[in-house]
Amino acid sequence: MTQLAATAKDFVEPPPSQKDTPLLRLWRTLFGSTLNSAITVMVILALVWLVPKIVNWAILDATWTGVAADCRKASGACWAFIAEKARVMVFGVYPGEELWRPTLMMLLFIGMVGVSMFKRLWRRELIWAWIALVPVLLLLMDGRILFLIPVLPVVPTNRWSGLPVTLLLSLFGLVLAFPLAILVALGRRSTMPVIRVLSVCYIELIRGVPLITVLFMASLIFPLFLPAGMTVDKLLRAQIAIILFAAAYLAEVVRAGLQGIPRGQYEAADSLGLTYWQSMRLIILPQALKMVIPPLVNTFIGFFKDTTLIIIVGLFDFLFSVRAPLADPNWLGFPTEAYVFAAAVYFCFCFIMSKYSQYLERELSPERRR
Amino acid sequence: MRFYKLLAAAAAVAFTAAVGTPAEAGPILDAIKQRGSFKCGTGQPTPGWGFTDSAGTWQGFNIDICRAVSAALFGDPGKTQFVVVTSQSRFPALQSGEVDVLSNNTTWTLARDSQLGFNFAPTIFYDGQGFLIPKKLGITSGLKLDGATVCVSPGTTTELNLADYFRANRMSFKPVVIENADEIRRAYFDGRCDVMTNDRSALAAIRTIAPNPADHVVLPDVISKEPLAPVVKHGDDQWFDIVKWTVYALMEAEENGITKANIDKMVAESKDPRIQRLLGVTPGMGAAIGLDEKWVVNIIKAVGNYGEIYERHLGPKTPLQLERGVNDLWTRGGLMYAPPIR
Repeated sequence: MTQLAATAKDFVEPPPSQKDTPLLRLWRTLFGSTLNSAITVMVILALVWLVPKIVNWAILDATWTGVAADCRKASGACWAFIAEKARVMVFGVYPGEELWRPTLMMLLFIGMVGVSMFKRLWRRELIWAWIALVPVLLLLMDGRILFLIPVLPVVPTNRWSGLPVTLLLSLFGLVLAFPLAILVALGRRSTMPVIRVLSVCYIELIRGVPLITVLFMASLIFPLFLPAGMTVDKLLRAQIAIILFAAAYLAEVVRAGLQGIPRGQYEAADSLGLTYWQSMRLIILPQALKMVIPPLVNTFIGFFKDTTLIIIVGLFDFLFSVRAPLADPNWLGFPTEAYVFAAAVYFCFCFIMSKYSQYLERELSPERRR
Repeated sequence: MRFYKLLAAAAAVAFTAAVGTPAEAGPILDAIKQRGSFKCGTGQPTPGWGFTDSAGTWQGFNIDICRAVSAALFGDPGKTQFVVVTSQSRFPALQSGEVDVLSNNTTWTLARDSQLGFNFAPTIFYDGQGFLIPKKLGITSGLKLDGATVCVSPGTTTELNLADYFRANRMSFKPVVIENADEIRRAYFDGRCDVMTNDRSALAAIRTIAPNPADHVVLPDVISKEPLAPVVKHGDDQWFDIVKWTVYALMEAEENGITKANIDKMVAESKDPRIQRLLGVTPGMGAAIGLDEKWVVNIIKAVGNYGEIYERHLGPKTPLQLERGVNDLWTRGGLMYAPPIR
């Protein structure tokens, strides 16, 4: 910072002392000026006031085991409530005797996502592994191979609930929306008027309405237009709505990246005699997508949290599974604990996504590494 | 929220256009039979009425009503798919066929019964709006609440009823309007308002989670009528009949002393012609409504009679501790009255 915004003052200040230890540097950061000192003191006071309260509530006075009556006697958090309801908070109304299936599904899912995160492992085999894994995940959840041949007891999608649904909806939503988004973004910059107008209409139409409306339409209005007797699974409808919605937002992010590529790159691609698709695939998109990683992850995190809206159409996401046991008459009155639990889970996922985006930026931009 | 009303209206228009003649015989029931299960719209989690227990199973008064319908239809209470509806999505969901029956504390009103194109099954619970108040204020009647600060949730009939009541009795009040149910509860317990208003069954539930429930009292005043009933949509009279008579069968069973425990004995031994007709020992009633002759036996075996459902979820032995009151049978001075099953 200081190198860029150098003022006369910077030049008269003496160079850092030879005895500059980390401790001294810390002292200067915290109490270097009157303003810094004031901020430091205020923050310390706030922490002194807040931290004991939180520690008392969350740990020292908390109830870890027992029933609701034990919790009401204590002044702290009631983690016994979370322990008692953990199963239903994570898995919702998925049949109890089949719980190993969503558990295994989530382990496979998270494991596979974890593996896919390493740049070293980005090979063609990984795509095949995903293509092979998806039917397995659905088989575990549903009990049928491709929803046709039953091998395990069938669990219809209306019993799918909790964290597995949130993970499935957001991942498939974003992964399938992404290619669509790239096509729409290219379409919007196309020189062919019909494609351009269609893309613009699609983006503006979707962005012009809230997600909750799209879900509402997909869930409640859409069935009215189907011929009698024909039904499309509600989870699938919600999934398609999320894909279409996410695609419009992602398309604009991708377009921002496309616009950031200097004209020379396009011209260079042309002069090499590459076709349109070749130049996009080999030259333009790799650079454009790399530039927009931060806003992409921003959108991803947003959509991960937006999946909570599916409750409006009667699907159980993770947040609703956390809320549903709040009304158990034997365990009334512990909403704070439940919401803290939900917040912690959401934070974990979102934090991992954000950290991963930083890693990805570093990995993909060796030229910017210092 | 006006937006959703508009959407609901659009859905209703599209629906009427699409379906046309509502006299068509049994499209809903046909679809249910073909599917092998029926979709029961249940509300946001509410203590005593519908929530998921620790094993992830739906429990509650509204839930058992749907299980009873499932038992009558299929002989198995487990053929119910529970679909969560919100107060905005419940009517469009019913109109579009996303749910076959709503069992979520919907108040029976004229506009809903006619304009929205619904049919209401018999009332399963007569609720009414009331007041929850700390005992230490020493107030025993709603008429002494002049000048009180009242916690109320916005945009509901609750808020309108409150204003009506105070205006009609020439009293003034200061509303504290809070949307979220958890927050409104906290506001009341923290003393931000003197009194809280809601349906009395809900107030009973809120009272149970007070730091000391004995410090609070639900006033005897009932300032509105809230008959809560299951709802189906126009267009399938047979389906409506099945839901309607399932509710009546629950009441009739209680009136005749038929319980989950003594049902087999009743079938085998009872000589009372009314009971024999009800339980299908004398055939005819099942065929009349298009169900198995054992339909009432199946209902009672699954969920018990009306009184048993009440005691299990709302009664004095539950945390909600609601006395039967007007929800008792007509023979004991209540409003629960089933027409003869013959």
